[in-house]
Amino acid sequence: MNHETQEQKRYQKRVKEKMPKSHALTQCIRAFIVGGIICCIGQLVHDFAQLVVMLDEKGVSSFTSIVMIFFGATLTGIGVYDKIGAFAGAGSVVPITGFANSIVAPAMEHKFEGYVLGVAAELFSIAGPVLVYGITTSVIVGLIACIV
Amino acid sequence: MRKRFGKQSVKFENRPVVASTASIVGDIEGAGPLGNYFDIILEDDMWGEESYEKAERKMYEMCVKNAIERLNITSAGIDCLLGGDLLNQLISANYAARQLKIPFLGLYGACSTITESVLIGSMLIDGGFGANIACAASSHFSTAERQYRMPLELGQLATPTSQRTVTGAGCIILSDGCRPDAKKAYSGCSVVVSCGTIGRVIDLGITDANNMGAAMAPAAADTIVTHLNDFNKTVDDYDIIVTGDLGTFGTEMLRDVCQEKGVDLKKKHFDCGAAMFAPEQNTVCGASGCGCAATVVSSYIIGKMISGEIKKALVMATGALMSPLANLQGESIPSIAHAIVLERE
Repeated sequence: MNHETQEQKRYQKRVKEKMPKSHALTQCIRAFIVGGIICCIGQLVHDFAQLVVMLDEKGVSSFTSIVMIFFGATLTGIGVYDKIGAFAGAGSVVPITGFANSIVAPAMEHKFEGYVLGVAAELFSIAGPVLVYGITTSVIVGLIACIV
Repeated sequence: MRKRFGKQSVKFENRPVVASTASIVGDIEGAGPLGNYFDIILEDDMWGEESYEKAERKMYEMCVKNAIERLNITSAGIDCLLGGDLLNQLISANYAARQLKIPFLGLYGACSTITESVLIGSMLIDGGFGANIACAASSHFSTAERQYRMPLELGQLATPTSQRTVTGAGCIILSDGCRPDAKKAYSGCSVVVSCGTIGRVIDLGITDANNMGAAMAPAAADTIVTHLNDFNKTVDDYDIIVTGDLGTFGTEMLRDVCQEKGVDLKKKHFDCGAAMFAPEQNTVCGASGCGCAATVVSSYIIGKMISGEIKKALVMATGALMSPLANLQGESIPSIAHAIVLERE
């Protein structure tokens, strides 16, 4: 709507004033703690790969990503990750486990519509934009690095 | 007799009787403060079906069947089924009507569907176009989430104004006269629909799909003020003023907007959405969805009227006519509220 009336402006202002506010500080603390725990687990997996499995540097990062994605996907599958997310917010969205959650959640949701037009077609409905802009950015950065 | 009052209101000459009602809710709704009033509480919101959509459809169908059964007639005795749900192409209502084989008029008024249906149903009865009209609406948390929001298993924070869609279906059967065969509570035909007000689509520019209460409050206020003006009534003429699913924040905004228009609701107002869940159920601002007003009005409100605790109720289900597509294109959320007056004779 391009032409907002005085009444609309006034109402929106009042809604903004009266609206219950998010508890930003509490949410930041929760995100910090849960995100921190997830990263600590990641570090443990990393050290395990390095010291016990004795992988090289490249192998260690791949191993860590694969195991963390496995954790994220499994916790989504058994219906736990959404509860962690409801508590931690960005703390469980930002780590790679959150990425796994964003792919497994729509896959589970759309299994009723079949494996091709349901699961497969909707698999990247949440993660798709992240991939599009993530890959685009890395291409641009790569080109700049190539020229400079 | 004059039937039309003002530009939006109607009064019924042959007042339709609330002949029977039925309600079905999910387990979380059943565990809420109003749990005891609902007829059936599901243990599992899939209800033995293959998908949530099929479960919602089953709720719709069973709810209408239960209401018909209480009237001691068969579905052949229902002249028309009115109603709808929140899903695209009204799949719950349409597929339920396929099974019920009752002449069907599908209605979409988002969460205002139940009063929209009762309002039109009452007009049909008053006009002599039917003797028994069934009005029903349903919603399901899991079907609404996937159509309007995000996948269920996606881990995310609830915003401070979000509401939980009710899993439930409610049915109200209106008749043109007393039905002495009906099961006990209804055989007295004590509750009638006396008048109603057709809502206008109001949009004060709220764009946040997680703030439906604030989007709907001005529509509810508009319908209340118009209703009172059209019939030259005041809030004191009613025992209770019921709104559908404004939730706690929407309730605050409604009272605020009404106060500004010189109508003090505080003592009389009851919001089904704010009453559905207990605070410890963590639903933030309460309940929403077609099933919210449909289940609460068909069980709790009409129950209290039959028992005589409430004599005259202004009931208004509120609908946020939100489309995720239009929302992404920058549109705000238009809303509507239709009012009916239930009276105990």
